[in-house]
Amino acid sequence: MEWHLIFDVLPLLLDGALLTIQLTAASVLLGLIIALPLSLMRASGSTGLSRPVLLYTFAFRGTPLLVQIFLIYYGASQIEWIRTSFVWSVLREPWWCALIAFSLNHAAYTTEILRGGIRAVPRGEIEAAKALGMSYALRTRRIVLPVAFRLSLPAYANEVVLMLKASSLASTITMMELTGTARKIVAQTFSPYEVFISAALIYLGITFVVVHLFGRLERGITSHQGRARAENDNRKNIPPSEGYAIGKVSR
Amino acid sequence: MIELQGFGDQIAAGAITTLRVAATSLVLGIGVGLCGAMAKLSRFHALRRLADVYTTIIRGVPELLIILILYFGGTVAMTAAFGRYVEIDAFAAGVFALTIVFGAYATEVFRAAIRAVPAGQIEAAHALGLSKVHTWRLVIFPQMWRYALPGIGNLWLTLLKDTALISVVGLEDLMRKTGVAAGATHDPLTFYTVAAGLYLFFTSVSLAGLTLLERRANRGVRVAD
Repeated sequence: MEWHLIFDVLPLLLDGALLTIQLTAASVLLGLIIALPLSLMRASGSTGLSRPVLLYTFAFRGTPLLVQIFLIYYGASQIEWIRTSFVWSVLREPWWCALIAFSLNHAAYTTEILRGGIRAVPRGEIEAAKALGMSYALRTRRIVLPVAFRLSLPAYANEVVLMLKASSLASTITMMELTGTARKIVAQTFSPYEVFISAALIYLGITFVVVHLFGRLERGITSHQGRARAENDNRKNIPPSEGYAIGKVSR
Repeated sequence: MIELQGFGDQIAAGAITTLRVAATSLVLGIGVGLCGAMAKLSRFHALRRLADVYTTIIRGVPELLIILILYFGGTVAMTAAFGRYVEIDAFAAGVFALTIVFGAYATEVFRAAIRAVPAGQIEAAHALGLSKVHTWRLVIFPQMWRYALPGIGNLWLTLLKDTALISVVGLEDLMRKTGVAAGATHDPLTFYTVAAGLYLFFTSVSLAGLTLLERRANRGVRVAD
């Protein structure tokens, strides 16, 4: 072990970590925006609405994230209308390709998690909302989504951690995020232990922060539940979904 | 089968490698997971601590980074040990990395499954005078599988997709062969779509198989609904 090397490369790695955090945050945000309407469609009773969404989540959860990234990064340039339109200026950049692949992939997993939460909202609460004369939009906003979010939170927190780890794949399309930076430094110094393990510790640190923040959020929004909270604390309050959720990550 | 500009054979060979890596890691990973779960439920504090550290670290670090650490770290270690440059076999490094990752997640699945076996069953085994080994083999394991199956099924699907990451260190798997073909023909769109289709086929077949397995595991269990 060469300790001085770790101190030398730490600033570079932290620069990479910043890009990792940006990429993850942007993908999580965009993914949530995509997943919200899709999960409502997926949980709706209408086959016409839920089938296309099922097809989307099946395709994105059934293939490796790496294939999705390469399809967008290398494949898009072959499509004539993309290369001749303004879209090309976006898809030429690895940052945008990574962001698009990550958000679509993350959204597919999030859609299924949220759908599980929406389906688990007690019937009585929805019936009560209907009896009060609430419209679909109003009861979705005030009753269904808040309850569904609370139920989905532990699984969603896991998914965000998985997204953070998946962001390391951006290094395969030349992005200099944490893993990319570490690989570059290892190629120059050939001291894999010092550099890769430092990078791993940084990932671990970010993971702990994310888990801690979600834990606080969860305690905050379930504090009114009193005793039920103790049961929620073992993170098992997500009702078993029908069938399989295709995999955790990774993608 | 479609010719794929002469790359059909190569891609089929890559797909076989992908399946071999995944199957090997599954078998080894289940072993690691069982050991991990037994360590987590052990009465020795040190063992429990060790298992906790293992699962916490592995689950908080990207799979790609774990593969890179084992591949490049292994190469450096072997080179130092043999006094000359030794390159680690990508297959071995890949299986090792995926086993460690699968084992960490499987530890949690098995731990929960073992805890789900009713305490009365284990007490009954003690009352019958079964030894520790017999209690595990005849009472806990057969009942635990049923609880573990959905979780392990999910992990298998993840594992199947994670094999694509080993192409980064040069394993000639489906992903790598596809990349080579895409580069040679300047037609990445077709080749990556084919690869995606193959992965989707593998996960679909796995899903169907898992549903059957689960039905078999749950035969005779009355479900209240």
